[in-house]
Amino acid sequence: MIAAIDTGDTAWMLVATALVLMMTPALGLFYAGLVRAKNVLNTFMMSVAAIAVAAVTWAAVGYSLAFDGGEGKVIGGLGNAFLSGVGFEPRAGGTIPELVFFAFQATFCIITVALISGAVVERMRFGPFLVFSALWSVLVYAVLAHWAFGDGWLMAGGTLDFAGGVPVEMASGFSALAAALVVGARKDYGRQALLPHNAVYVLLGAGLLWFGWFGFNGGSGFSTGNPSVLAFVNTLLCPACTLVAWFILDLIRGRKVTAIGAATAIVVGCVLITPAGGFISPGWAMLLGFAGALPSYAVIAYRTRTRVDETLDVLAAHGTAGLVGILFIGFFAQASWNGVSDGLLYGNAAQLWHQVLAVLAGPTYAFVMTYVLLKLVGLAMPLRASDREEAMGMDVIQHGEEAYVTGEGAILLLPDDHAKVAVPVADPG
Amino acid sequence: MKLVIGIVRPEQANQVLEALYRAEVRGFSISRVQGHGGELDRVETYRGTTVQMGLSEKVRFEVAVSDNFVEKTVGALCEGARTGEVGDGKIFVVPLEHAVRIRTGDSDEGAVTPVSK
Repeated sequence: MIAAIDTGDTAWMLVATALVLMMTPALGLFYAGLVRAKNVLNTFMMSVAAIAVAAVTWAAVGYSLAFDGGEGKVIGGLGNAFLSGVGFEPRAGGTIPELVFFAFQATFCIITVALISGAVVERMRFGPFLVFSALWSVLVYAVLAHWAFGDGWLMAGGTLDFAGGVPVEMASGFSALAAALVVGARKDYGRQALLPHNAVYVLLGAGLLWFGWFGFNGGSGFSTGNPSVLAFVNTLLCPACTLVAWFILDLIRGRKVTAIGAATAIVVGCVLITPAGGFISPGWAMLLGFAGALPSYAVIAYRTRTRVDETLDVLAAHGTAGLVGILFIGFFAQASWNGVSDGLLYGNAAQLWHQVLAVLAGPTYAFVMTYVLLKLVGLAMPLRASDREEAMGMDVIQHGEEAYVTGEGAILLLPDDHAKVAVPVADPG
Repeated sequence: MKLVIGIVRPEQANQVLEALYRAEVRGFSISRVQGHGGELDRVETYRGTTVQMGLSEKVRFEVAVSDNFVEKTVGALCEGARTGEVGDGKIFVVPLEHAVRIRTGDSDEGAVTPVSK
């Protein structure tokens, strides 16, 4: 195929890239609302840190490992390391400059790293999180992205994953479970009610995530063609149906429709349609939204009865919903809509097997690798703050700032005074 | 009849609530206050502006009790609030002249004794 840039496709992909990047601060806001007031900044900063760390590791080696050759293999090469050879020419079969493709994929790596932070907020120290993020973005995300997006063994074998059910959603969800197990529960978990401090942040964050998700799914066709249009519209329909289903489940279970439940439903609905967006009809997307709410709802309800403090339910919202979405393709994919493959319902049982393979391999790799990586980081430095630090809040301890500072009693220190400052309470050496 | 005032760390407030519950002290109110009790000041930095936070957040418990409940209440406050570091707070016990339960008009001892219904 002759390499030709399509200006329309490029314009859309530039916008889509910016939309997906916005999802990470949106996630930070969503997570920040769900934690207590003393941990808001630290929680938000974990998402900001994901941008800092993953953008760099992605440019260094992540992109290359995911997308440089390695057809049918478990990992790509290092030919594109440090953006070597990545320029204005499109990739084989593409219509947008490879630089745009690289940037779009970078935003996926970034948000996936940020998603995992939901499992460890309110007690994990910031430094180890940075180290873990760097390692995870290369050793887990880039590998799974190769499997599912970069012509790796899953993709080459026939697994369909439109926008990241394997490397983004299932990987973050099952990694979150492993991270929660290694880091351990917050000291008051299961003894005290640990409540979200600002439900408005949660709703606004979810709303911005949904907005950004139009770029996430709509951009994953890498063009303005039919798959992108289909995924874009499905990103409207599927989460709306999840919202309706969540309202009903909330009504049955607690007799009231909850705001934080609604915010959760938006995220779950967007995750459900992520792998399937460009492969199923709008009608099936709506069914996916309705039916897919139940497993995530059940996992959230079950998780809170266990000792596993997977704090912000990344496994339920992303792991479970991603898994359901990947499997759904195996049943309801329709070649007349996607031009690629049918599912079981349309006579192609093999597609279901390809999807089952993905839900077995992806989560297993993510869980095991995350578990091992965090154990290794834990050998080098303590993963979590002390009980006393946890009680004081991670904002003051890790960042020396507070989100809701009043300024009363604050004495301005002039530069000359710094030498005389008493040891800060955050670090009573 | 005494008013027991306990000023404690906010992060210990839940422990104090648990301790009061175990001591069967049922009626109290709390408020958020700021104060300084000799602990080291926190230093925070906001984009180049470094400040020393002279006041710390505290939670103030106010418990009106009959005389024979004073020891239990003070004990519960101490038990829940103590961490051993400077800044754990103070407890003040002051005489209480008069108390009225608004709903029933009960006064004094009757007003500060929990009712079952």
